[in-house]
Amino acid sequence: MAIAKLLIANRGEIAVRIIRAARELGIRTVQVHSAADAEMLAVKMADEAANIGPPHAAKSYLNIENILKAARDTGADAVHPGYGFLAENAGFADAVEAAGLVFVGPRGDSIRVMGDKVAARVAAEAAGVPVVPGSDGRVDDPEQAKHIAMAIGFPIMIKAAAGGGGRGIRIAHDMTEFETLMPQASAEAKAAFGDGGLYIEKVIERARHIEVQILGDGTRAIHCFERECSLQRRRQKVWEEAPSAVLPQSIREKLCASAVALAEAVNYRGAGTLEYLYDDVTHHFYFIEMNTRIQVEHPVTEMITGIDLVREMIRIAGGAPLSIRQEDVKMHGHAIEVRINAEDPAKNFQPAPGTVTALRVPGGPGTRFDTMLYQGYQVPPFYDSLLGKLIVWDETREGAIARMRRALDELEVEGLSTTKPLHQLLARDASVAKADFHTRWLEPWLEANAHRLNS
Amino acid sequence: MAQLLSPLPGTFYRKPAPDKPSYKNDGDKVAKGDVIGLIEVMKSFTEVRADAAGKIKFLVDNEEPVMAGQALAEIG
Repeated sequence: MAIAKLLIANRGEIAVRIIRAARELGIRTVQVHSAADAEMLAVKMADEAANIGPPHAAKSYLNIENILKAARDTGADAVHPGYGFLAENAGFADAVEAAGLVFVGPRGDSIRVMGDKVAARVAAEAAGVPVVPGSDGRVDDPEQAKHIAMAIGFPIMIKAAAGGGGRGIRIAHDMTEFETLMPQASAEAKAAFGDGGLYIEKVIERARHIEVQILGDGTRAIHCFERECSLQRRRQKVWEEAPSAVLPQSIREKLCASAVALAEAVNYRGAGTLEYLYDDVTHHFYFIEMNTRIQVEHPVTEMITGIDLVREMIRIAGGAPLSIRQEDVKMHGHAIEVRINAEDPAKNFQPAPGTVTALRVPGGPGTRFDTMLYQGYQVPPFYDSLLGKLIVWDETREGAIARMRRALDELEVEGLSTTKPLHQLLARDASVAKADFHTRWLEPWLEANAHRLNS
Repeated sequence: MAQLLSPLPGTFYRKPAPDKPSYKNDGDKVAKGDVIGLIEVMKSFTEVRADAAGKIKFLVDNEEPVMAGQALAEIG
Protein backbone atom coordinates (compact mmCIF):
# COMPACT_ATOMS: atom_id res chain seq x y z
CA MET A 1 0.00 0.00 0.00
CA ALA A 2 1.56 3.27 -1.05
CA ILE A 3 1.46 5.82 1.75
CA ALA A 4 -0.69 8.94 1.14
CA LYS A 5 -0.50 10.72 4.50
CA LEU A 6 2.31 10.26 7.00
CA LEU A 7 2.11 11.15 10.68
CA ILE A 8 5.45 12.07 12.27
CA ALA A 9 5.55 10.84 15.88
CA ASN A 10 8.63 12.84 16.83
CA ARG A 11 9.92 16.40 17.07
CA GLY A 12 12.98 18.57 16.43
CA GLU A 13 15.36 18.20 13.54
CA ILE A 14 14.41 14.60 12.64
CA ALA A 15 10.76 15.62 12.19
CA VAL A 16 11.94 18.27 9.71
CA ARG A 17 14.07 15.68 7.93
CA ILE A 18 11.13 13.25 7.61
CA ILE A 19 8.78 15.96 6.31
CA ARG A 20 11.32 16.82 3.61
CA ALA A 21 11.54 13.19 2.46
CA ALA A 22 7.74 12.76 2.52
CA ARG A 23 7.15 15.94 0.53
CA GLU A 24 9.58 14.84 -2.17
CA LEU A 25 7.63 11.58 -2.43
CA GLY A 26 4.32 13.47 -2.80
CA ILE A 27 3.11 12.31 0.63
CA ARG A 28 1.08 14.64 2.85
CA THR A 29 2.33 15.10 6.42
CA VAL A 30 0.79 15.38 9.88
CA GLN A 31 3.10 16.69 12.60
CA VAL A 32 2.16 15.84 16.18
CA HIS A 33 3.41 18.11 18.94
CA SER A 34 3.21 18.68 22.67
CA ALA A 35 1.73 21.87 24.12
CA ALA A 36 5.29 23.23 24.42
CA ASP A 37 6.11 22.58 20.74
CA ALA A 38 3.30 24.37 18.88
CA GLU A 39 5.84 26.80 17.37
CA MET A 40 8.43 24.24 16.29
CA LEU A 41 9.71 24.25 12.72
CA ALA A 42 8.23 20.86 11.79
CA VAL A 43 4.74 22.09 12.77
CA LYS A 44 5.17 25.11 10.50
CA MET A 45 6.38 22.92 7.62
CA ALA A 46 3.86 20.05 7.82
CA ASP A 47 0.53 20.05 5.98
CA GLU A 48 -1.34 19.51 9.27
CA ALA A 49 -0.53 19.50 12.98
CA ALA A 50 -2.08 17.81 16.01
CA ASN A 51 -1.58 18.57 19.71
CA ILE A 52 -1.00 15.28 21.57
CA GLY A 53 -0.66 16.48 25.15
CA PRO A 54 1.29 18.37 27.83
CA PRO A 55 5.03 19.18 27.60
CA HIS A 56 6.20 16.17 29.65
CA ALA A 57 7.14 13.57 27.01
CA ALA A 58 5.47 10.71 28.90
CA LYS A 59 2.17 12.52 28.38
CA SER A 60 2.69 13.46 24.72
CA TYR A 61 5.48 12.00 22.55
CA LEU A 62 5.35 8.72 24.51
CA ASN A 63 1.55 8.62 24.71
CA ILE A 64 0.60 5.86 22.24
CA GLU A 65 -3.15 6.37 22.67
CA ASN A 66 -2.97 10.10 21.88
CA ILE A 67 -0.72 9.53 18.87
CA LEU A 68 -3.06 6.90 17.41
CA LYS A 69 -6.03 9.18 18.03
CA ALA A 70 -4.26 11.98 16.12
CA ALA A 71 -3.67 9.55 13.24
CA ARG A 72 -7.36 8.59 13.18
CA ASP A 73 -8.55 12.19 13.45
CA THR A 74 -6.36 13.37 10.58
CA GLY A 75 -6.79 10.32 8.35
CA ALA A 76 -3.08 9.48 8.31
CA ASP A 77 -2.30 6.01 6.93
CA ALA A 78 1.28 5.68 8.21
CA VAL A 79 3.42 6.64 11.21
CA HIS A 80 7.13 7.47 11.20
CA PRO A 81 8.64 7.21 14.70
CA GLY A 82 11.96 9.01 14.00
CA TYR A 83 14.60 8.19 16.64
CA GLY A 84 14.27 8.13 20.44
CA PHE A 85 10.77 8.36 22.02
CA LEU A 86 8.76 5.36 20.68
CA ALA A 87 11.06 4.45 17.79
CA GLU A 88 12.26 1.21 19.39
CA ASN A 89 9.11 0.35 21.30
CA ALA A 90 7.83 -2.96 19.90
CA GLY A 91 4.43 -2.41 21.52
CA PHE A 92 4.06 0.87 19.61
CA ALA A 93 4.93 -0.79 16.28
CA ASP A 94 2.34 -3.48 17.03
CA ALA A 95 -0.29 -0.92 18.08
CA VAL A 96 0.23 1.11 14.90
CA GLU A 97 -0.24 -2.00 12.73
CA ALA A 98 -3.21 -3.20 14.83
CA ALA A 99 -4.84 0.19 14.13
CA GLY A 100 -4.57 -0.60 10.41
CA LEU A 101 -1.71 1.86 9.83
CA VAL A 102 1.73 1.39 8.32
CA PHE A 103 4.65 1.59 10.76
CA VAL A 104 7.71 3.08 9.02
CA GLY A 105 10.20 0.67 10.53
CA PRO A 106 10.64 -3.00 11.27
CA ARG A 107 7.95 -5.35 12.54
CA GLY A 108 7.37 -5.30 16.30
CA ASP A 109 8.88 -8.78 16.59
CA SER A 110 12.15 -7.65 14.96
CA ILE A 111 12.37 -4.77 17.43
CA ARG A 112 11.72 -7.21 20.26
CA VAL A 113 14.49 -9.63 19.23
CA MET A 114 17.13 -7.07 18.31
CA GLY A 115 16.27 -4.80 21.25
CA ASP A 116 17.00 -7.56 23.78
CA LYS A 117 20.76 -7.75 24.30
CA VAL A 118 20.86 -11.49 24.97
CA ALA A 119 18.45 -12.37 22.12
CA ALA A 120 20.37 -10.09 19.72
CA ARG A 121 23.64 -11.73 20.73
CA VAL A 122 22.18 -15.18 20.10
CA ALA A 123 20.83 -14.08 16.70
CA ALA A 124 24.22 -12.58 15.81
CA GLU A 125 26.13 -15.71 16.74
CA ALA A 126 23.66 -17.85 14.77
CA ALA A 127 24.30 -15.64 11.71
CA GLY A 128 28.07 -16.07 12.16
CA VAL A 129 28.64 -12.49 13.37
CA PRO A 130 31.43 -12.13 15.98
CA VAL A 131 30.29 -10.91 19.42
CA VAL A 132 32.30 -9.74 22.44
CA PRO A 133 33.70 -12.95 23.99
CA GLY A 134 31.91 -13.81 27.21
CA SER A 135 29.50 -16.15 28.93
CA ASP A 136 26.52 -16.87 26.70
CA GLY A 137 23.98 -16.04 29.36
CA ARG A 138 24.32 -16.15 33.11
CA VAL A 139 26.93 -18.06 35.10
CA ASP A 140 26.04 -19.21 38.58
CA ASP A 141 28.79 -21.76 39.20
CA PRO A 142 32.12 -20.17 40.31
CA GLU A 143 34.21 -23.01 38.80
CA GLN A 144 32.49 -22.62 35.45
CA ALA A 145 33.03 -18.85 35.63
CA LYS A 146 36.78 -19.38 36.15
CA HIS A 147 36.94 -21.66 33.11
CA ILE A 148 35.19 -19.09 30.93
CA ALA A 149 37.44 -16.31 32.28
CA MET A 150 40.54 -18.30 31.39
CA ALA A 151 39.22 -18.94 27.89
CA ILE A 152 38.34 -15.31 27.06
CA GLY A 153 41.30 -13.58 28.74
CA PHE A 154 41.57 -10.50 31.01
CA PRO A 155 40.48 -7.80 31.67
CA ILE A 156 36.96 -9.07 32.25
CA MET A 157 33.76 -7.22 33.05
CA ILE A 158 31.42 -8.78 35.63
CA LYS A 159 27.80 -7.66 35.28
CA ALA A 160 24.66 -8.44 37.24
CA ALA A 161 22.23 -10.45 35.08
CA ALA A 162 19.31 -8.55 36.60
CA GLY A 163 21.07 -5.18 36.53
CA GLY A 164 21.05 -2.33 34.07
CA GLY A 165 22.32 1.16 33.49
CA GLY A 166 25.85 0.28 34.52
CA ARG A 167 24.89 -0.77 38.06
CA GLY A 168 26.84 -3.62 39.61
CA ILE A 169 29.61 -3.66 36.98
CA ARG A 170 33.12 -4.67 38.12
CA ILE A 171 36.31 -5.10 36.16
CA ALA A 172 38.85 -7.83 36.99
CA HIS A 173 42.37 -7.57 35.57
CA ASP A 174 43.61 -11.02 36.60
CA MET A 175 42.42 -14.29 38.10
CA THR A 176 43.15 -13.27 41.72
CA GLU A 177 41.04 -10.15 41.33
CA PHE A 178 38.39 -12.16 39.50
CA GLU A 179 38.12 -14.67 42.37
CA THR A 180 37.69 -11.82 44.87
CA LEU A 181 35.21 -9.81 42.81
CA MET A 182 32.88 -12.60 41.65
CA PRO A 183 31.40 -13.39 45.11
CA GLN A 184 31.20 -9.66 45.95
CA ALA A 185 29.39 -8.91 42.71
CA SER A 186 27.02 -11.82 43.25
CA ALA A 187 26.20 -10.76 46.84
CA GLU A 188 25.66 -7.17 45.74
CA ALA A 189 23.44 -8.22 42.84
CA LYS A 190 21.42 -10.43 45.21
CA ALA A 191 20.98 -7.52 47.63
CA ALA A 192 20.16 -4.96 44.94
CA PHE A 193 18.06 -7.01 42.52
CA GLY A 194 17.12 -10.17 44.49
CA ASP A 195 19.06 -12.19 41.92
CA GLY A 196 22.75 -13.01 42.30
CA GLY A 197 23.14 -14.17 38.68
CA LEU A 198 26.12 -12.73 36.79
CA TYR A 199 27.37 -12.37 33.21
CA ILE A 200 31.00 -12.06 32.29
CA GLU A 201 32.39 -10.38 29.20
CA LYS A 202 35.81 -9.46 27.87
CA VAL A 203 36.71 -5.76 28.13
CA ILE A 204 37.81 -4.36 24.78
CA GLU A 205 40.11 -1.67 26.13
CA ARG A 206 40.97 0.50 23.17
CA ALA A 207 37.88 0.12 21.06
CA ARG A 208 36.58 2.27 18.27
CA HIS A 209 32.85 2.56 17.69
CA ILE A 210 32.06 1.51 14.14
CA GLU A 211 28.54 0.87 12.87
CA VAL A 212 27.09 -0.43 9.62
CA GLN A 213 24.02 1.10 7.97
CA ILE A 214 21.69 -1.44 6.46
CA LEU A 215 18.43 -1.31 4.50
CA GLY A 216 16.14 -4.31 4.25
CA ASP A 217 12.78 -5.00 2.62
CA GLY A 218 11.93 -8.07 4.72
CA THR A 219 13.58 -10.47 2.29
CA ARG A 220 16.74 -8.90 0.99
CA ALA A 221 19.15 -6.56 2.78
CA ILE A 222 22.00 -4.34 1.65
CA HIS A 223 24.62 -2.35 3.53
CA CYS A 224 25.54 1.29 2.89
CA PHE A 225 29.02 0.98 4.41
CA GLU A 226 30.10 2.06 7.86
CA ARG A 227 30.21 5.13 10.08
CA GLU A 228 32.72 5.75 12.84
CA CYS A 229 31.44 7.44 16.01
CA SER A 230 34.33 7.03 18.43
CA LEU A 231 34.26 10.60 19.72
CA GLN A 232 31.81 10.31 22.59
CA ARG A 233 31.07 12.12 25.84
CA ARG A 234 29.11 10.18 28.47
CA ARG A 235 28.32 7.58 25.80
CA GLN A 236 26.74 10.26 23.62
CA LYS A 237 28.16 10.63 20.14
CA VAL A 238 29.64 14.04 19.46
CA TRP A 239 31.37 13.78 16.03
CA GLU A 240 30.63 11.14 13.39
CA GLU A 241 32.26 10.20 10.12
CA ALA A 242 31.80 8.03 7.08
CA PRO A 243 33.74 6.04 6.15
CA SER A 244 35.97 5.10 9.09
CA ALA A 245 39.46 6.46 8.42
CA VAL A 246 41.19 3.37 9.82
CA LEU A 247 39.31 0.35 8.48
CA PRO A 248 41.32 -1.70 5.94
CA GLN A 249 39.26 -2.58 2.85
CA SER A 250 39.39 -6.34 3.54
CA ILE A 251 38.02 -5.80 7.07
CA ARG A 252 35.38 -3.37 5.76
CA GLU A 253 34.10 -6.06 3.39
CA LYS A 254 33.88 -8.65 6.20
CA LEU A 255 32.26 -6.21 8.61
CA CYS A 256 29.61 -5.04 6.15
CA ALA A 257 28.92 -8.62 4.96
CA SER A 258 28.35 -9.68 8.58
CA ALA A 259 25.79 -6.90 9.03
CA VAL A 260 23.91 -7.96 5.89
CA ALA A 261 23.96 -11.61 7.04
CA LEU A 262 22.41 -10.69 10.38
CA ALA A 263 19.81 -8.37 8.84
CA GLU A 264 18.75 -11.05 6.37
CA ALA A 265 18.72 -13.73 9.07
CA VAL A 266 16.07 -11.77 10.96
CA ASN A 267 14.21 -10.74 7.75
CA TYR A 268 14.81 -7.12 8.65
CA ARG A 269 12.58 -4.46 7.11
CA GLY A 270 13.50 -0.76 6.95
CA ALA A 271 16.62 1.16 7.91
CA GLY A 272 18.77 -0.20 10.73
CA THR A 273 22.24 0.07 12.19
CA LEU A 274 24.46 -2.64 13.60
CA GLU A 275 26.93 -1.31 16.14
CA TYR A 276 30.33 -2.89 16.63
CA LEU A 277 33.43 -2.38 18.72
CA TYR A 278 36.56 -2.43 16.59
CA ASP A 279 40.07 -3.07 17.89
CA ASP A 280 42.42 -1.27 15.48
CA VAL A 281 45.45 -3.24 16.72
CA THR A 282 44.11 -6.76 16.18
CA HIS A 283 41.57 -5.72 13.48
CA HIS A 284 38.90 -7.72 15.29
CA PHE A 285 35.33 -6.45 15.34
CA TYR A 286 32.57 -7.46 17.76
CA PHE A 287 28.82 -6.90 17.32
CA ILE A 288 27.32 -5.13 20.34
CA GLU A 289 23.78 -4.13 19.42
CA MET A 290 21.37 -3.17 16.70
CA ASN A 291 19.38 0.06 16.46
CA THR A 292 16.12 -0.69 14.68
CA ARG A 293 15.47 2.86 13.43
CA ILE A 294 16.95 5.77 11.52
CA GLN A 295 19.90 7.25 13.43
CA VAL A 296 20.89 10.82 14.22
CA GLU A 297 24.10 10.44 12.20
CA HIS A 298 22.48 8.97 9.05
CA PRO A 299 23.40 12.01 6.89
CA VAL A 300 27.11 11.10 6.70
CA THR A 301 26.10 7.85 4.99
CA GLU A 302 23.80 9.77 2.64
CA MET A 303 26.66 12.11 1.75
CA ILE A 304 29.11 9.36 0.75
CA THR A 305 26.61 7.04 -1.00
CA GLY A 306 24.08 9.48 -2.46
CA ILE A 307 21.26 7.32 -1.04
CA ASP A 308 18.36 9.11 0.67
CA LEU A 309 17.90 6.74 3.62
CA VAL A 310 14.73 8.35 4.96
CA ARG A 311 13.07 8.30 1.54
CA GLU A 312 14.09 4.67 1.09
CA MET A 313 12.64 3.61 4.46
CA ILE A 314 9.33 5.31 3.64
CA ARG A 315 9.20 3.60 0.23
CA ILE A 316 9.90 0.19 1.80
CA ALA A 317 7.21 0.77 4.44
CA GLY A 318 4.80 1.55 1.59
CA GLY A 319 5.40 -1.97 0.28
CA ALA A 320 8.07 -1.35 -2.36
CA PRO A 321 11.01 -3.77 -2.57
CA LEU A 322 14.53 -2.37 -2.15
CA SER A 323 15.23 -0.14 -5.13
CA ILE A 324 19.00 -0.47 -4.82
CA ARG A 325 21.23 -3.45 -5.52
CA GLN A 326 24.31 -3.99 -3.37
CA GLU A 327 26.65 -3.60 -6.34
CA ASP A 328 25.16 -0.15 -7.01
CA VAL A 329 26.04 1.16 -3.53
CA LYS A 330 29.28 3.04 -4.04
CA MET A 331 31.19 5.08 -1.52
CA HIS A 332 32.65 8.37 -2.65
CA GLY A 333 34.64 10.88 -0.62
CA HIS A 334 34.44 11.52 3.12
CA ALA A 335 31.70 13.04 5.30
CA ILE A 336 31.75 14.37 8.88
CA GLU A 337 28.84 15.37 11.11
CA VAL A 338 29.01 17.33 14.36
CA ARG A 339 26.16 17.70 16.79
CA ILE A 340 25.23 21.27 17.62
CA ASN A 341 23.64 20.99 21.07
CA ALA A 342 22.16 23.65 23.34
CA GLU A 343 24.88 23.08 25.94
CA ASP A 344 27.62 25.31 27.29
CA PRO A 345 31.05 23.64 26.86
CA ALA A 346 32.54 26.27 29.19
CA LYS A 347 30.21 25.16 32.00
CA ASN A 348 30.64 21.42 31.86
CA PHE A 349 28.05 21.14 29.07
CA GLN A 350 25.25 22.54 31.18
CA PRO A 351 22.00 22.61 29.18
CA ALA A 352 21.23 26.00 27.68
CA PRO A 353 17.64 26.40 26.49
CA GLY A 354 16.64 29.88 25.34
CA THR A 355 15.52 32.02 22.42
CA VAL A 356 17.43 32.19 19.14
CA THR A 357 17.85 35.93 18.63
CA ALA A 358 19.89 35.64 15.43
CA LEU A 359 20.89 32.75 13.18
CA ARG A 360 23.40 32.46 10.35
CA VAL A 361 23.42 29.08 8.63
CA PRO A 362 26.54 27.78 6.85
CA GLY A 363 26.28 26.97 3.15
CA GLY A 364 28.43 26.52 0.09
CA PRO A 365 29.93 23.39 -1.47
CA GLY A 366 29.56 20.07 0.39
CA THR A 367 27.80 21.64 3.37
CA ARG A 368 24.48 20.58 4.90
CA PHE A 369 22.83 21.81 8.09
CA ASP A 370 19.89 19.70 9.36
CA THR A 371 18.28 21.79 12.06
CA MET A 372 15.10 22.72 13.90
CA LEU A 373 16.23 26.32 14.43
CA TYR A 374 14.87 29.55 13.03
CA GLN A 375 15.30 33.12 14.19
CA GLY A 376 12.97 33.84 17.11
CA TYR A 377 12.51 30.15 18.01
CA GLN A 378 12.33 29.44 21.73
CA VAL A 379 14.20 26.20 22.44
CA PRO A 380 12.09 24.50 25.13
CA PRO A 381 13.82 22.99 28.20
CA PHE A 382 11.79 19.76 28.19
CA TYR A 383 13.56 17.66 25.58
CA ASP A 384 16.89 16.64 24.16
CA SER A 385 19.52 19.37 23.64
CA LEU A 386 20.16 18.58 19.95
CA LEU A 387 19.55 21.73 17.87
CA GLY A 388 21.00 20.59 14.60
CA LYS A 389 23.70 18.68 12.80
CA LEU A 390 26.34 20.26 10.66
CA ILE A 391 27.45 17.84 7.95
CA VAL A 392 30.22 18.36 5.42
CA TRP A 393 31.52 16.30 2.52
CA ASP A 394 34.69 16.45 0.48
CA GLU A 395 36.80 14.15 -1.69
CA THR A 396 39.23 13.51 1.17
CA ARG A 397 39.04 13.41 4.97
CA GLU A 398 41.57 16.23 5.18
CA GLY A 399 39.41 18.32 2.85
CA ALA A 400 36.30 17.50 4.88
CA ILE A 401 37.97 18.66 8.12
CA ALA A 402 39.03 21.94 6.46
CA ARG A 403 35.47 22.37 5.20
CA MET A 404 34.11 21.64 8.70
CA ARG A 405 36.36 24.38 10.15
CA ARG A 406 35.10 26.81 7.51
CA ALA A 407 31.43 25.86 8.00
CA LEU A 408 31.67 26.08 11.81
CA ASP A 409 33.17 29.56 11.51
CA GLU A 410 30.15 30.57 9.39
CA LEU A 411 27.58 29.20 11.86
CA GLU A 412 26.19 31.78 14.27
CA VAL A 413 23.49 30.92 16.79
CA GLU A 414 22.86 33.92 19.02
CA GLY A 415 20.81 33.92 22.21
CA LEU A 416 21.99 30.60 23.62
CA SER A 417 25.20 28.62 24.18
CA THR A 418 26.00 25.76 21.83
CA THR A 419 28.68 23.11 21.40
CA LYS A 420 30.14 24.94 18.39
CA PRO A 421 33.35 25.96 20.29
CA LEU A 422 34.05 22.31 21.12
CA HIS A 423 33.84 21.31 17.46
CA GLN A 424 36.01 24.25 16.42
CA LEU A 425 38.75 22.90 18.70
CA LEU A 426 38.28 19.29 17.59
CA ALA A 427 38.48 20.32 13.93
CA ARG A 428 41.91 21.84 14.69
CA ASP A 429 43.20 18.96 16.83
CA ALA A 430 46.22 16.95 15.67
CA SER A 431 44.90 13.59 16.95
CA VAL A 432 41.54 14.15 15.27
CA ALA A 433 43.39 15.03 12.04
CA LYS A 434 45.18 11.66 12.24
CA ALA A 435 41.98 9.82 13.30
CA ASP A 436 44.03 8.69 16.30
CA PHE A 437 41.19 8.20 18.80
CA HIS A 438 38.95 5.62 20.46
CA THR A 439 35.75 5.66 22.51
CA ARG A 440 37.52 6.80 25.68
CA TRP A 441 39.64 9.44 24.01
CA LEU A 442 37.35 12.48 24.20
CA GLU A 443 36.63 12.62 27.96
CA PRO A 444 40.28 12.96 29.10
CA TRP A 445 40.80 15.37 26.17
CA LEU A 446 37.96 17.52 27.53
CA GLU A 447 39.60 17.61 30.95
CA ALA A 448 42.98 18.51 29.47
CA ASN A 449 41.45 21.21 27.25
CA ALA A 450 38.95 22.64 29.74
CA HIS A 451 40.87 25.93 29.91
CA ARG A 452 40.55 26.39 26.13
CA LEU A 453 36.78 25.74 26.26
CA ASN A 454 36.42 28.24 29.08
CA SER A 455 37.94 31.13 27.20
CA MET B 1 5.53 32.35 54.29
CA ALA B 2 8.52 32.33 51.92
CA GLN B 3 8.21 31.21 48.33
CA LEU B 4 10.74 28.73 46.95
CA LEU B 5 11.46 29.70 43.34
CA SER B 6 12.58 27.40 40.56
CA PRO B 7 16.23 28.10 39.67
CA LEU B 8 15.76 26.78 36.10
CA PRO B 9 13.12 26.24 33.42
CA GLY B 10 12.18 22.59 32.88
CA THR B 11 10.12 19.76 34.32
CA PHE B 12 9.58 19.60 38.09
CA TYR B 13 9.67 16.23 39.84
CA ARG B 14 8.63 15.68 43.43
CA LYS B 15 10.12 12.16 43.53
CA PRO B 16 13.70 10.92 43.03
CA ALA B 17 12.35 8.21 40.65
CA PRO B 18 8.90 7.27 39.32
CA ASP B 19 8.63 4.26 41.66
CA LYS B 20 9.87 6.14 44.77
CA PRO B 21 7.83 8.16 47.28
CA SER B 22 7.83 11.97 47.12
CA TYR B 23 10.73 13.78 48.78
CA LYS B 24 8.24 15.78 50.86
CA ASN B 25 4.48 15.96 51.23
CA ASP B 26 2.29 19.00 51.90
CA GLY B 27 2.50 19.87 55.59
CA ASP B 28 5.88 18.17 56.14
CA LYS B 29 8.46 20.09 58.18
CA VAL B 30 11.56 20.86 56.15
CA ALA B 31 14.95 22.15 57.19
CA LYS B 32 17.00 24.61 55.17
CA GLY B 33 18.98 22.58 52.61
CA ASP B 34 16.56 19.62 52.41
CA VAL B 35 16.00 18.31 48.90
CA ILE B 36 12.36 18.89 47.98
CA GLY B 37 12.39 18.02 44.27
CA LEU B 38 14.27 17.84 41.00
CA ILE B 39 14.25 20.03 37.89
CA GLU B 40 14.97 18.31 34.59
CA VAL B 41 16.41 20.54 31.89
CA MET B 42 17.14 18.73 28.63
CA LYS B 43 17.61 15.36 30.33
CA SER B 44 19.94 16.81 32.98
CA PHE B 45 18.69 16.77 36.58
CA THR B 46 19.29 19.39 39.29
CA GLU B 47 18.21 19.04 42.93
CA VAL B 48 16.00 21.75 44.41
CA ARG B 49 16.70 22.48 48.09
CA ALA B 50 14.63 24.33 50.66
CA ASP B 51 16.02 27.83 51.26
CA ALA B 52 14.18 28.21 54.59
CA ALA B 53 12.88 26.01 57.42
CA GLY B 54 9.22 25.38 58.19
CA LYS B 55 6.13 23.62 56.89
CA ILE B 56 6.04 23.09 53.14
CA LYS B 57 3.10 23.48 50.78
CA PHE B 58 3.65 22.64 47.10
CA LEU B 59 2.34 24.93 44.36
CA VAL B 60 3.40 22.70 41.43
CA ASP B 61 2.53 19.02 40.84
CA ASN B 62 4.89 16.20 39.94
CA GLU B 63 6.02 16.22 36.27
CA GLU B 64 4.66 19.72 35.63
CA PRO B 65 6.51 22.21 33.39
CA VAL B 66 7.96 25.20 35.25
CA MET B 67 9.60 28.49 34.27
CA ALA B 68 12.75 29.87 35.88
CA GLY B 69 11.65 32.03 38.82
CA GLN B 70 8.26 30.34 39.14
CA ALA B 71 7.17 29.56 42.72
CA LEU B 72 7.43 25.82 43.39
CA ALA B 73 6.35 25.79 47.05
CA GLU B 74 5.67 27.91 50.09
CA ILE B 75 7.67 27.31 53.26
CA GLY B 76 6.72 28.87 56.57
